[in-house]
Amino acid sequence: MTKQIRIALAGNPNVGKTTLFNAITGARQHVGNWPGVTVEKKTGRVSHNGYEIEVVDLPGTYSLTAYSADEVVARDFILEEKPDVVVQVVDATNMERNLYLTTQLSELRSPVVIALNMADMAEARGDAIDRDRLSAFLEMPVVRTVGTRKDGISSLLDAVIEEAETSPHHEHTIGYGDDAERMIASLVGVLETDQSLAARYPLRWLAVKLLEGDEDVLARIQEGPAAGRVQNILSSIDTDGYEATMADKRYEAIAAILPQVRTVNTRSMNSSDIIDRVVTDRYLGIPIFLALMWGAFELTFTVASPFVTAIDTAIAWLAEAVAGSIEPAWLASLLGDGIIGGVGAVLVFIPNIFILFLILSILEDTGYLARAAFVMDRPMHALGLPGKSFIPMLIGFGCNVPAIMATRTIEGEKDRLLTILINPFISCSARLPVYVLFAGAFFGQQAAGGVVFFLYVLGIVVAIASAKLFRSTILPGESSPFIMEMPPYRIPTALTSLIHMWDKGSMYIRKAGTIILFGAVVVWVLASFPYGVEYGSAESLAGSLGHLIEPLVAPLGFDWKVSVALIFGFLAKEIVVGSLGVLYGTGEESLSSALLADPNLSAATALALMVFVLIYTPCLATLGVIKKETGSWKWTGFSVAYGLIAAWILAFIVGHLAGIFSGGM
Amino acid sequence: MESSDSTERTEITTLDRIGPKCRCHVVGVRASGALRKRVLAMGMVPGVEVETLQSAPLGDPTEYRVKGYCLSLRRAEARLIEVVQGDEP
Ligand SMILES: Nc1nc2c(ncn2[C@@H]2O[C@H](COP(=O)(O)OP(=O)(O)OP(=O)(O)O)[C@@H](O)[C@H]2O)c(=O)[nH]1
Repeated sequence: MTKQIRIALAGNPNVGKTTLFNAITGARQHVGNWPGVTVEKKTGRVSHNGYEIEVVDLPGTYSLTAYSADEVVARDFILEEKPDVVVQVVDATNMERNLYLTTQLSELRSPVVIALNMADMAEARGDAIDRDRLSAFLEMPVVRTVGTRKDGISSLLDAVIEEAETSPHHEHTIGYGDDAERMIASLVGVLETDQSLAARYPLRWLAVKLLEGDEDVLARIQEGPAAGRVQNILSSIDTDGYEATMADKRYEAIAAILPQVRTVNTRSMNSSDIIDRVVTDRYLGIPIFLALMWGAFELTFTVASPFVTAIDTAIAWLAEAVAGSIEPAWLASLLGDGIIGGVGAVLVFIPNIFILFLILSILEDTGYLARAAFVMDRPMHALGLPGKSFIPMLIGFGCNVPAIMATRTIEGEKDRLLTILINPFISCSARLPVYVLFAGAFFGQQAAGGVVFFLYVLGIVVAIASAKLFRSTILPGESSPFIMEMPPYRIPTALTSLIHMWDKGSMYIRKAGTIILFGAVVVWVLASFPYGVEYGSAESLAGSLGHLIEPLVAPLGFDWKVSVALIFGFLAKEIVVGSLGVLYGTGEESLSSALLADPNLSAATALALMVFVLIYTPCLATLGVIKKETGSWKWTGFSVAYGLIAAWILAFIVGHLAGIFSGGM
Repeated sequence: MESSDSTERTEITTLDRIGPKCRCHVVGVRASGALRKRVLAMGMVPGVEVETLQSAPLGDPTEYRVKGYCLSLRRAEARLIEVVQGDEP
């Protein structure tokens, strides 16, 4: 008979938790979201010695206060779900700060096993750690692991099973000093009167958190009979002071243990410090950063481009094959034009997304990404954005989809939302074909380059202005504080970087895919009904819709054809070109002369149109990830509405100014 | 509150005023709320030794070594951390 146990993996960020999780569970894992928050939840399974072990990966946290959504998720899981064992992954090269979390885990009264990870790095550095003594001090098993080499996994699972089977557990508690202990004792005394509370939570932990002024814990006891007296006690004391004292005591306890279990090889300066000197150098820091980013960008789009072309060709071929071989015709059209076309719009991004995330994962795993945020924090801060939002902005020039996904590293919820919302204004590469067509047709070889450059700059200006506007209206306040660990430089392993790439890339396919498919079908319906019309023609629903919205965009100089093309551009912005080809009945080759010959279009209108295409609603794929990353239809809708309004206003202004200069629209 | 038993000659200043390559000791944290929790959890507790490493190219933020690892803070956050300069608190 197999026994079931459930364990949770906890640990500081960047200690090798993902690597260890993969080493333990292999391919048997499932990725989802924690209820109510956009924090990712990974679970996996492994069988060991007749036990079926479920492994839940908790978000990486430095402590278990209620500082961030991550911390609340981790803490609630341990408190409410009561896993059989919590495995804390500890970075052996950074024990002091890592053990701070240990002190908090043991207060939660859950059985803890320490995975002393990165043991190879600590040994290579010349540190010697006496695991048995550490284990004796902490009163919890300590197992040596090297996640990247899958070392120690089996012993770790042995220890986990043994720990799960041993009840009752020792309780290792930290003494907080006479004064704090008196307060804790009196709080525990009061809390004991609330039966249901005593049944659910360790009372000493509750008391400690209350003394620290933890709002989340205060809210938990609010309903119960003890609330009033707890409030009484708390109102007469300085919780900030206790919080500092207790943090101090925890670190003191760690400082007392460490010298007895570890001998550190002290050297004046290690290679990490030297690299740091160079990449954050006063003169070299920013050029190095820009060069690396430029390289990453070039690589992403050049390496990916043959794959993109191949996928494009394959999809076109498939759509044609389907259109030619399936009966009835409407089904062929739904599959070919609608679903394959729509899904194709998703698939063409895949090479870019995967290569970009591979490069970013490598940069992250080496530790450079933290330096990039460090170097760029000041200039970005001046714009009301955190340093970490620079990279998503830059990626946006390639494609807004991976750019928005790259905002995950931004900690503050508001900062992240802000970065997501302004990202679509960064002109992605899909908009370029539209600029090339119109600038080429109406401005000639000489001026076209300048026009395209103007559009890129305008995109940046709109992004920055919107950031300022949102900061002072819907997302008020300072950007969140910048308290960031600078991890030591490491040589990334191919496997870890590939895993990180896969984690992020596959999420795009899974999550963005469904919403895009839905959108593609809607657009197909608009283009093909009423039954029997030519796909996307004036008689179709889309055509009627074009006529319907024509009065709205008439002040910008756009007619119904342009309106229809803009509707299709919602699917992916480069489709504007293809659908104009259909509407003018010319195909794409002679489209430019057909546009020039259209009396409705002038250079000023063309410019207004390009501005509109730059700014109006994010494309479907981008909206898919906005929904996924914000977890909110409200913000997704806001993004569409704001984009449309801003596009209208700016296209109007630019079109009319251009009209005045060139003598009428 | 978290006063240290510092000798008379050491003056309390704030972390943002400590020059590069200098060491100091934390005597208090003036931040409140979530920021306070984070600063404390990251090891900036009273009594700890902090070494200033280098600043970003534009002068802010600054990297510090504390508890054996590197942490970066903006000047605005460093200003909330009270320290005394020197090797001994
Ligand atoms: N030398 C060595 N490197 C390791 C070990 N475990 C993980 N790493 C490396 O450490 C880096 C970070 O590992 P991750 O598994 O991403 O760490 P994490 O805790 O999941 O980090 P976050 O996802 O940022 O929370 C990667 O480059 C790994 O290859 C180890 O035991 N030894």
